Amino acid sequence: MDLGLIAQYLANGILLGTMYALVAVGFTLFFGVLDVIKFSHGDVLMLGTFIGFTAWLGLEAVGILKPWIQLLGVLLCSLAGTALIGAAIAKWLILPLKKAPQLNTLLITLMLGTAIREAVRLFYPNGSNPKAFPALLPNSSIEIGNFALRADSVILVVSGLALIGLLNLVINRTRLGLAIRAVAQDEETARTMGINYTLVVLATFAIGSGVAAFAGIMNGLYYNEINFGMGLILGLIGFSAAIIGGLGNLYGAILGGFLFAGLQVIGAALLPFASAYKDVFAFSVVIALMAWKPTGLIPERSSDRV
Amino acid sequence: MTNTPLLQSDRARPWACAGAVILAAGLYGWALLMAEETWQVLSLLILAVVATGVAIKTGFVRRVERDWAASETRLNRLAFAVLIALILVLSGAHFALLMISTVLLYFVASLGLNIQFGFTGLVNFAGAAFFGAGAYTAAVLGTMPMIPPILILIAGGMVAMVISLPLLIPIVRTTGHYAAVVTIAFGVLFRTFLEVNEVLGGPQGLMVNSMKVFGWDFYDAPSVGGLDISFYVNYALLAAGLAALVFTLFRRLERSWIGLHMDAVRLDETAAACFGISVKRTKIQAFLLGNLILGVSGALYGMMISFIAPASFTFSDSLLLVSIVLLGGVGNPWGSAVAAVIVVLLPEKLQLLQEYRFLLFSVLVMLVLLFRPEGILSRQLRNFFPDRRSDA
Repeated sequence: MDLGLIAQYLANGILLGTMYALVAVGFTLFFGVLDVIKFSHGDVLMLGTFIGFTAWLGLEAVGILKPWIQLLGVLLCSLAGTALIGAAIAKWLILPLKKAPQLNTLLITLMLGTAIREAVRLFYPNGSNPKAFPALLPNSSIEIGNFALRADSVILVVSGLALIGLLNLVINRTRLGLAIRAVAQDEETARTMGINYTLVVLATFAIGSGVAAFAGIMNGLYYNEINFGMGLILGLIGFSAAIIGGLGNLYGAILGGFLFAGLQVIGAALLPFASAYKDVFAFSVVIALMAWKPTGLIPERSSDRV
Repeated sequence: MTNTPLLQSDRARPWACAGAVILAAGLYGWALLMAEETWQVLSLLILAVVATGVAIKTGFVRRVERDWAASETRLNRLAFAVLIALILVLSGAHFALLMISTVLLYFVASLGLNIQFGFTGLVNFAGAAFFGAGAYTAAVLGTMPMIPPILILIAGGMVAMVISLPLLIPIVRTTGHYAAVVTIAFGVLFRTFLEVNEVLGGPQGLMVNSMKVFGWDFYDAPSVGGLDISFYVNYALLAAGLAALVFTLFRRLERSWIGLHMDAVRLDETAAACFGISVKRTKIQAFLLGNLILGVSGALYGMMISFIAPASFTFSDSLLLVSIVLLGGVGNPWGSAVAAVIVVLLPEKLQLLQEYRFLLFSVLVMLVLLFRPEGILSRQLRNFFPDRRSDA
């Protein structure tokens, strides 16, 4: 195997890893503040991408054709819309079930994800077919040997990593982040310290969903195609990534995301006779990792209260 | 509990109300299966809703419940007899029989999930994968003529059980969300594996040979006294037998020590361990037994529909199975039966719903979880002494 091919796999892995990490971060944030898994995350992401796509169609129709302005419009609409949807789900579906067993929240959001997916498939114009997502980024590439570094993937990775860094800053350096961490640590104490619990939860869900929408747009820009089922697999991968990293830990999610992407790439590279098996390989390793480290690579600090 | 069966010797026929309900359900099932037009189906549905409302208002439901507690065995037999009668009455209608068999097999599958989820609290989001494993086993073994069909059914269950063996360690070691991801990952893995695997037909799927008992092909429609009988009668009867068998097993399990252990593990693992129950062993028993049942029902299903493809065993289908359990009421087999009828029959009968069924059922389950978390029929207390009355 020559160097160019390895570099190609590496570049691909980094891009996928960034995308998965962005999705996984949402899962881990939600788990942190509410101890719940919001499984509709992936489908909310898909919905956000479709909102962005619709925004692009709208901008085309109005006659704004500059790609950078279009990109900005798409991102703004998608992120804002998805953030609102995420907060709404938290308010009307997840907070009311707070007293119920944790499993019910998982189940209800699983069903919500199915409902969103089916609603897009049935009610979006021609929703059951894949849509061609516009290539809004420059499509030039630098050739190094037989390795082509695409400019758009560099931009995507850099902006994705920047977003993760920004999120890290928000969580660790701002008052909102302090409130989120306080709620994650102990809800009751946080409340007595005057933190507006509901607002913090809603903000967390808005942030997490917005970040996921960014990953969705990234996916659309890179593959130039979106469909109603993209959220399911991205959500599954993001969930697995958050779990193998260790729930409730931002770094765990990032680690998990890159690990999963790495597994997929290794699977595709080492099994050249059947690169289609790469997901089988990646999920098998996830199951094996769960057997080895039942609470993730960076486990949450907890003790059983009986 | 003041209304224990021991206090009911004053009522002359403690099974009359519930018996009437079973007969009415049989009649209703016949009407629903024979209804062709949308308005007929809709009016039948409205009738069911109104009847249920009236029954709750007038306290009839409580009497039925008491009847059930008093003479469970007899009523179960009556229900089975009504089911067989329904199959025989409909013996000429292919589609109706296919529907009955499908409902029965989904019911059996949901019993398997109920042992895992309802008793032990293990969520299995790969139900369709184990169901599919059974169906694929039937497809592969069906090509070998010397293997008797009953053995194929058992083999289907065995294969489903064997492929769940690698999951045992992660299932036993993890809890809660971490356990959920194991089965979800397995479901996706299984489906992807089937799609990329050339030997098992890839995305196109496989043909499954029909069942042959002593050289008699189940697809040769028997003809009794010149009457035309659908070949689905065989499958419907077989499915009914399987359902009765698994149902009995389920009830026995619930009443046994193993069932008690499973409930204890679900309610509180730590407390169960303190009382000397092996949490690991109980979880393993529940997981393997549930998958065995899923595999057997999948094998029969594969033989019946005679064509299987990976697209029939997706994550959405697993969710549909979980929906049956949740809609019906976790841990209650009769609830699962009702829910299986709703989930399988309704979209087939109301063709305009067919396209929207996943949407419809996901919203339905969300509403159930929000407003009636115990499901349509909630699980009753254990009835350790069915049919035991003070004068008996």
